[in-house]
Amino acid sequence: MNATHKELELVSVTKRYGETVAVNAISHKFQPGGYACLLGPSGCGKSSTLRMIAGHEIVSDGSILLGGTDISHLPPAKRGTAMMFQNYALFPHLSVAENVAFSLKMRGDDKQARLKKAGEMLELVDLSSLSDRLPDQLSGGQQQRVALARALITRPQVLLLDEPLSALDPFLRIRMRGELRKLQRELGISFVHVTHGQDEALALADEIVVMNNAVIEQAGTAREVFNAPTTAFVAQFIGGHNVIALPDGHFAIRTDAVGIAQRDSGNLQGNILAVEYQGAHVSVSAMIAGDQEISALVPEADFFNNPLNPGDQVGLIWDDANLHKLTA
Amino acid sequence: MALPIMAVLMFFLVLPILMIVAVSFWQATEFSIIPAFDLENYEFLFGSNVTYRVFFNTFKYAFITWVFTLGIGFTVAYFLAFHVRSLTWQIVLFLLCTIPFWTSNIIRMISWIPFLGRNGIANSTLLSWGVIDEPLDWLLFSDFAVILAFVHLYTLFMVVPIFNTMMRIDKSLIEAARDAGASGAQILWNVIIPLTKPGIMIGTIFVVTLVMGDFITVRFMSGSQSANVGRLISNDIALLAYPSASATAVVLLLTVLLVIGIMLRFVDIRKEL
Repeated sequence: MNATHKELELVSVTKRYGETVAVNAISHKFQPGGYACLLGPSGCGKSSTLRMIAGHEIVSDGSILLGGTDISHLPPAKRGTAMMFQNYALFPHLSVAENVAFSLKMRGDDKQARLKKAGEMLELVDLSSLSDRLPDQLSGGQQQRVALARALITRPQVLLLDEPLSALDPFLRIRMRGELRKLQRELGISFVHVTHGQDEALALADEIVVMNNAVIEQAGTAREVFNAPTTAFVAQFIGGHNVIALPDGHFAIRTDAVGIAQRDSGNLQGNILAVEYQGAHVSVSAMIAGDQEISALVPEADFFNNPLNPGDQVGLIWDDANLHKLTA
Repeated sequence: MALPIMAVLMFFLVLPILMIVAVSFWQATEFSIIPAFDLENYEFLFGSNVTYRVFFNTFKYAFITWVFTLGIGFTVAYFLAFHVRSLTWQIVLFLLCTIPFWTSNIIRMISWIPFLGRNGIANSTLLSWGVIDEPLDWLLFSDFAVILAFVHLYTLFMVVPIFNTMMRIDKSLIEAARDAGASGAQILWNVIIPLTKPGIMIGTIFVVTLVMGDFITVRFMSGSQSANVGRLISNDIALLAYPSASATAVVLLLTVLLVIGIMLRFVDIRKEL
């Protein structure tokens, strides 16, 4: 089956807007048939990258390859990609079925054929009963499914999703991300999903590409990126990590790998700044020498066996094997 | 809060209309006006061939003007909304469109006369280019001149509402259409025009009501050779035949309302208001 998957590759892709460089010569090979997340803060170039892949932004330099063919200068519809827009961009004057069938109409299919196909697509996203409604009459989650069906009707090899969950409320967001993942598995095509939410990326992605300041900071599987961040930025952005400057360089360590010990024992001495109850865990932050703040995520039961208060002196303890040296 | 507004509307809108309706049933002789309830004015109006010809002429002007103002207005608005990228330039060009409105209607109209006249700029230029051998006499004091003036005067009333609606179209809809393989013409036909309909309709209402109610443009630009309903009314008023003028005004008002009513059945403009 993998043979039918076309590989998406970026070859030193650059986007400049006048003097500013939005995307600076990034190269990356996406796993064929995988779920990839472009993760980064706003303004990091992730959306520009996605829009260049989609063909809505012109590549300033470099190429985009899909299955070995250079698609950098093809019009959006000829690339084998389809895009799902951030606010779904559904046509407000067309019914759900006509929205989904839009690209078939543009291709010149007759009304009956295109509505039949749209019906099949709507079945896939479980919306058959609403096909005559207008987009305004749907909930956010339903609108998203329409947008998904509209993007998928052209049978793209790569589906590009621009912050698809950001317009939904938190509860729906978690449900929809499960559906996105399920749909990607069923269809077996590549998804490239832009997000600034690390939890979303961790939950969905086979592959996370972390971007910052117009370049790729780190790319790898969700576990690799989370467990072994290579730069301070990634460690901080992905969350759940401390970045500490030790005599032999900067290191990242997961907050749940740091333990609290008696005063004058452990690896470092600290002064507790704050204690935050988070349910299953208690987050204890402490100030160590050199004005560095370290958080320790302590299981709730352990913490309350030996409760601590801000101002207490404690030792911080960890296994050196859990320290990851950072390159930048 | 609603009461003062109601009072103003009653006094300045409803009351005058009721007065016109009332006067339209009065009787008139050459030297007197007699309050009465008489259908004579309407009988005369509907019995006369002139009325039908003049109404036809009014519709003709309204329709042709509508076609041209829509064509030009849509194009200008489309250019401003979708091709001019920066807001500053949009504002500058938009203000440029309004420059003709810095002078009065009548002056704008009259300024066509030296241009279009028999020895005007247009004719002398065409003659000197050798395009024509003798001056064109249909340039001024003709239906051509009337419609030219209407289009000149009223195109902005089409540009403004259409531009306004176009600016509210989410640009990502156009990208979504392109993503679905639509060509420029397909985007225009399948996305932009349907979404601009309310603006087109508001502009249409402006232009149609302005043209159907006009009398001065027709008088000046046709050199009193053509008539529309407005001129019929103004002639009656000049002869102090107020009841007859009122009856014509009532019929014109109902006609315009009917036209707008029919148009509103096709397009919902509530979202624009």
